[in-house]
Amino acid sequence: MEWIDEALVLSARPHGENAAVVTLLTATHGRHAGLVSGGQGVRAQPLLQPGNVVQAKWRARLSEHLGHYTLDLMANHTARWFDVPEVLSVIASACAVTEASLPERQPMPGIFAGLQALFQLTDPDLWGVAYVKWEMEILRALGYGLDISKCCVTGETENLAYVSPRSGRAVSLEAGRSYHDRLFPIPSFLLGSALWDADAVRQGLEMTGHFLSRHVFAHPHSRLLIATPGDLPRARQRLAEYYHAATRAVAEVAMA
Amino acid sequence: MLSPLEQLIQLLAKLPGLGPRSARRSVLHLLKRREVLMQPLIDAMQNAAEQVKPCGTCGNLSDSDPCPICRDPARQNGVLCVVEDVADIWALERSHAFRGRYHVLGGTLSALEGIRPEDLRIDALITRLNQGDLTEVILALNATVEGQTTAHYVAERLAATGVTITRLAHGLPVGGELDYLDDGTLIAAFQSRRKTG
Repeated sequence: MEWIDEALVLSARPHGENAAVVTLLTATHGRHAGLVSGGQGVRAQPLLQPGNVVQAKWRARLSEHLGHYTLDLMANHTARWFDVPEVLSVIASACAVTEASLPERQPMPGIFAGLQALFQLTDPDLWGVAYVKWEMEILRALGYGLDISKCCVTGETENLAYVSPRSGRAVSLEAGRSYHDRLFPIPSFLLGSALWDADAVRQGLEMTGHFLSRHVFAHPHSRLLIATPGDLPRARQRLAEYYHAATRAVAEVAMA
Repeated sequence: MLSPLEQLIQLLAKLPGLGPRSARRSVLHLLKRREVLMQPLIDAMQNAAEQVKPCGTCGNLSDSDPCPICRDPARQNGVLCVVEDVADIWALERSHAFRGRYHVLGGTLSALEGIRPEDLRIDALITRLNQGDLTEVILALNATVEGQTTAHYVAERLAATGVTITRLAHGLPVGGELDYLDDGTLIAAFQSRRKTG
C-alpha cells in the first residue's frame, strides 16, 4: 500500500526511542496517522510543527497498518506568526479540534481546504473570524450544522439576532426578545457585516464551542486531547480565554 | 520473574539513547568491570538519588537548596531567564551567554501531553517577581508552536508586574547557509532583521 498526498501537520507524539507518531489532515485521505522514523530528532522538529503543509508519502504492507510516513515540507505557516499570540492560539486550536473531532481515514476535502485557507491568511485581524467560520464548517461536515438563514420561530429572514442552544437554528430579534439571555447572540460577521471586534469573535467561539462540546466532543475521537467527554480541547479553551481577556481589556479601556 | 541480569538490561533499555541491544552491551561491559565501573556507578546513582533535588527557588537540579546559581553573589540579580527544562540551563551555562538568574517552567503548554498552565511553575515565577528587584525577564523558550504559545501566555500573566519582558531572537544559525535553511527559519530571520552600520 502506498500513496502520496498533500497534508497539514496536526500533531506529533513521541514513539519509542527516536520515532514519532504523526497525525496529518490529508487532502484526500482524511485524518491519517503514521510513523515517522527519526521524528524526535532535531532535523525533524521544524517539519513536524502543527500547521505546516507537507507532501506525505505513506507506505504500509496492509491498509489497516499504522504505516510509515516520509514527509517533505511544502510551506511553513507558523514561523511568521511567532510574535502574534492570537494567530498561534488559532493554529494550535484548529489542529487540536481537527484531531479530536474528525474520524480517522475518512476524506474531508472541505475541512482540509478550509483549514488550508485559514492558515494562508496574511492579515492577523482576520484569523479569529475565519476560525469561527471554519468551526461552523466542521459542525456542518459532521452533521451538526447551524442554520442561521431564517428564524426558527417566525420563519423571517431579516433581523436575525440569536441562535438557539438546543436546535442550533436562528431566532429573530423580536422572537427572542423575552428570553435573549438563554440564547447565543449571532456575531455580526456571520450576518454579513464587515465590521467586527474581539467581542464578536468571543461570541462566535462561545456559540460554536457550545455545539462542538454538546455534539462532537461528547464522543471525541481522540482521548489524548480531551480528558472528559464534553470538554473542548485545551488549546481551544485557551483560544476562548484569549478572546475573553481581549474583550475585557477593551471594556476596561472604554470604561477608563 | 526476571533474573537480576534481565531486569538490569530491561531497565537500562528504558534510558534515552539506549535500546535492548545497547543495554545488553552496557550490562556486559559493567559486569566485566565490576570494581572499576559498576560499583562506582552504583554509588554515584545512589548519591544522586538521595541528594539531587530541584532548587526551591529556580527549579534547577542540584545537591543543595538553593542551587549554586541561585547562591552565586556574582550573578546579576535584575535579569531572570525563563527556560522550559533543566537541560536548557545546562545549554545556556555551557555558552556563558548569560550571567543572570534562571527559572525553570517545567515544560510548555501542550494539548497532546495534557500540560496545563497550572502544571507549570508560573505562580512561582510571579512570586519571585513580586519579591525581588527584577528589571527584565527573558523568555528563552523553544521556537516551536508550543514554546511560543507558552511564551505569550507567560508574558500575558507577567504583564501586570511591569517588568520588561523579552524573548530570544529567531533566525539564522551561526554557520547556516541561506540555501539550506527551511522556510520557517528564513521567515523568522527576515522578521527579526535589524539595522546595521
